[in-house]
Amino acid sequence: MAELAAVVGIGQTKYQTKHKDVSIAGLVRDAAFKALQDAELTWDDIDAVIVGKAPDMFEGMVMPELYLTDALGCNGKPMLRVHTAGSVGGSTAIVAASYVQSGMFKRILTVTYEKQSESNAMWALSNAQPFSPHLNAGAGGFFAPIIREYMRRTKASPEAGIKVAVKDRLHGARNPLAHLQLPNITMKEVEESPMLWEPLRFLESCPSSDGACALVISNEELAKQSPKKPAWIRGTAMRSEPTMYAGREEVSPRAGIDCAKDVYAQAGVTNPRKDFDCAEVYVPFSWYEPMWLENLGFAEKGEGWKMTLEGATSLDDNGDIPWNCSGGVLSSNPIGASGMIRFAEAARQVRGDAGDHQVDGAKLALGHAYGGGAQFFAMWVVGSEKA
Amino acid sequence: MRDIAIVSFVQSDCVRDAGARNEVELIMPVVRKVLDNVGLESAQNVDFTCSGSCDYLQGAAFAFVLGVDALGAVPPIKESHVEMDAAWALYEAVLKIQSGQAESALLYGFGKSSPGELPIVLSQQLDPYYLAPLWLDTVSSAALQARAMLDSGEITEREMAEVVARSRKNAKSNPHAQLKGDVSADELLNEPTYLSPLRKHDCCPVSDGACAMVIATVEQAKKWGKPYAVLKGIDHRIESAHFGARDLTKSPSTEAAAKAAGVANGPVDIAEIYAPFSHQEIILKKALGLGDDTVINPSGGVLAGNLMMASGLSRIGEVAMRIINGECKRGVAHATSGHALQQNLVAVLEGA
Repeated sequence: MAELAAVVGIGQTKYQTKHKDVSIAGLVRDAAFKALQDAELTWDDIDAVIVGKAPDMFEGMVMPELYLTDALGCNGKPMLRVHTAGSVGGSTAIVAASYVQSGMFKRILTVTYEKQSESNAMWALSNAQPFSPHLNAGAGGFFAPIIREYMRRTKASPEAGIKVAVKDRLHGARNPLAHLQLPNITMKEVEESPMLWEPLRFLESCPSSDGACALVISNEELAKQSPKKPAWIRGTAMRSEPTMYAGREEVSPRAGIDCAKDVYAQAGVTNPRKDFDCAEVYVPFSWYEPMWLENLGFAEKGEGWKMTLEGATSLDDNGDIPWNCSGGVLSSNPIGASGMIRFAEAARQVRGDAGDHQVDGAKLALGHAYGGGAQFFAMWVVGSEKA
Repeated sequence: MRDIAIVSFVQSDCVRDAGARNEVELIMPVVRKVLDNVGLESAQNVDFTCSGSCDYLQGAAFAFVLGVDALGAVPPIKESHVEMDAAWALYEAVLKIQSGQAESALLYGFGKSSPGELPIVLSQQLDPYYLAPLWLDTVSSAALQARAMLDSGEITEREMAEVVARSRKNAKSNPHAQLKGDVSADELLNEPTYLSPLRKHDCCPVSDGACAMVIATVEQAKKWGKPYAVLKGIDHRIESAHFGARDLTKSPSTEAAAKAAGVANGPVDIAEIYAPFSHQEIILKKALGLGDDTVINPSGGVLAGNLMMASGLSRIGEVAMRIINGECKRGVAHATSGHALQQNLVAVLEGA
């Protein structure tokens, strides 16, 4: 059976449009070093390094982990590179956890990053492929029709998307690492921002960020000796399905439903809204909050947008199940790291170490990431207690 | 490490140009066949699937996403991907099985290198600020390494030619090989140099193709009732990306991985070594601690055909199939990645 594993160190860079102060190597080393400091460890305490990032074309480098070996103190050690589309930050954390759960490694470092300012992610996503539908103008163009279908089916109030955009930015204003700092954002301001991909407005979309996130994960014995409180990994799950097939449910993909069921079963979660204290969920476009509330079983079918509008997911409205207290992907989006940031922020909550965006007494939290055409899912549940 | 059974392995032919066939069409035949060999209907019948590929070979971000189409992943599957040779996809699956999260796994690697100029594409693996802008390609870095070997007296050009002659000869019995035939070291030495000191034949060809493997716990393999080889050890290590910080005539990462994988724990009948350049086979043979009683690259190795992102897994599959077929009892397989043998993986396989 699997060894118990726990997050004992977390490091994040400041997220911002351009990190011109550092190279790519400098960026990842910053996050990795902060994770080691958080765990009061040194490079020599690490048995292996697991790197994740979104497509290589985002920076124009082939298999960049090869170049990052020195920066991550990995010479002579095992290094693995995960790439599972936008879910990669989450998948990388899960693969990293399996190093320890396998019993083959005692303590590992995992790092994910994106330095979007080195290139242009939207156009890196937009080159045509033979025999494939052209994904015009980035991810927003792909997801907008799916969102319109959600709104048509549920007769959702158009305000729900705007509410998420405001709520996550108010959360982000509590998090000094968040890229967007918009403490005075209003519903009116979001509504009046330019329409990019109907129904998504500029302020309902994630920013392009530079940044890196790192975790140190160790086995039970070492976690117990760790100076700060560990976040115990209570369940991990991944699911994939094809981008398109006859009868595919794109609004609420089955891969997401199955992945959630799997990870809930491992962690003993039966009622996610009640059992979790908070969740960090991959919401790059505002409407994905109500859509994922339903897909992940926090809301009944067709009811997600009402839950959002009622403030159930808002720290500022004293909601019962705050989502994305860190500001979420809507406040910071270094793509390859965005999934791991969700996983890391879930861990910060159960460690009681989330600063001004801490949910009081959080004991159990969900980290979630998705990618591709909403077809790759990665989730973990972390807790303040082992079981 | 708990023993893991390698139950089935299939590789496509290595071809210079797969023409109009896309990646899905390269993957589907090997995945179908590798599942058929075990009597499995689809990817839903294994607990985990993992693949290895490189977006830059296809020139598209998320190119591997279409690979999922080749699996018929409806209903959804537990699946992951490494931007590495599929030998590291096997490693990820080994961790999953060791942790008790899976009893079986499907692995595949694929590469269609023909649309681009592979050595130049791979120049972009180097430091993006200092080296990549110089477009130092993989043949050039290998030539630097070969020159260092010759200058140190570790090898002669004749020994390099002998590696190639043996590869071509061994490949005659490999139906998937791209380059094969009887050619003497003397004839090879008469060829002009390409990038000094390398001659064209010292470099692996560029190939299109794919491979796939099914692994399981020994208990699961017995339930399937299929013969299998046992993966006894697997380890991988990486070195600095900076040539100047390394002694290019040695491969300490291979040495460390070989030690951790337990190569020296018994006699090695055969070894499949991922040496894209002739002189690298000599470096690796030494780093793996292999003597002259070990048959090196009975398939011809990658000098006879190199499926980028799949060749490493193929080396392991080649050894596994020879053990299953009773040709040998214990073998070693090796995979590499990066310029001039920067990253190396070593696996030790035995009979059931």
